[in-house]
Amino acid sequence: MKKVRVLILPKEGLLDPQGRAVEEMLKDNGFKVENVRVGKVVEMEVEDNQDVSSIVDKYIINPLIEEYEIEEV
Amino acid sequence: MKFAVCVFPGSNCDYDTYYILRDVLEKEVEFVDYSTKNLNGFDCVILPGGFSYGDYLRPGALASKSPLAEAVVEFANKGGLVLGICNGFQILTELGLLPGALLPNMNMRFICKDVYLKVERNDTPITLKAQKGEVLKIPIAHHDGRYYVEDSELKLMEERGQIIFRYSDEEGKITQEANPNGSVSNIAGVMNKEGNVFGLMPHPERASEDILGSHDGLILWNSIVSYLS
Repeated sequence: MKKVRVLILPKEGLLDPQGRAVEEMLKDNGFKVENVRVGKVVEMEVEDNQDVSSIVDKYIINPLIEEYEIEEV
Repeated sequence: MKFAVCVFPGSNCDYDTYYILRDVLEKEVEFVDYSTKNLNGFDCVILPGGFSYGDYLRPGALASKSPLAEAVVEFANKGGLVLGICNGFQILTELGLLPGALLPNMNMRFICKDVYLKVERNDTPITLKAQKGEVLKIPIAHHDGRYYVEDSELKLMEERGQIIFRYSDEEGKITQEANPNGSVSNIAGVMNKEGNVFGLMPHPERASEDILGSHDGLILWNSIVSYLS
């Protein structure tokens, strides 16, 4: 088995109110930050030969509004 | 004429919808649960509001992978009339039966209030009994109702006449102030290209008796009954 993490973000360019609020908070605290996005992480253990992206594409994300990266842990 | 009301774990407007169909419209109606594999024998399938599967992952995401969702797709592909209300609308977009997606409200809050809706088309199965341009008062109750679709798709939807309801003011003017959640083009309800699958965020079942403050929702139910008769 292998452990993977799927890092999911709202698609770039899509208005993300959570990201915008966090960005404003960071700016208010004096940091120079841009393009903050808030997403989510799905962690799973799968068989070594399992193609994770085929699971993610079909069952985990909505490609119209989200993008993702897979990270092996 | 027989209606199905879909029940997923976490649906919570199922009984209200059932009550309106059975007690107010006096039609035959049955609950069908998430494990149901076929919808043969029904004339109209309603996906009610609620928080199916706790809105985990995304609203409607888990429900869209259930056996019942597969049956809804089959029913719709055969031309059956499908209506998704609120969470039902979210499920239909997750299923790809309707274009677009429902994102968190612009202000990140749960909004529960009456809104005004302008009827953009009155030649569809759910708006036959409305006047074109008529303004309906129907409540919304959602956290994720910001309708989003890419510009190119929005243009095609406009050309095909897939937009059925827009948030408006009481006079029917489509203004930014009347848009409760930041939906593109004030969109509150849409249909598929074929004209048999409908979704809207407002709750007609909560506005179908005078005691509830509005009976404008009845226009939708009566339209469906008249279409199916």
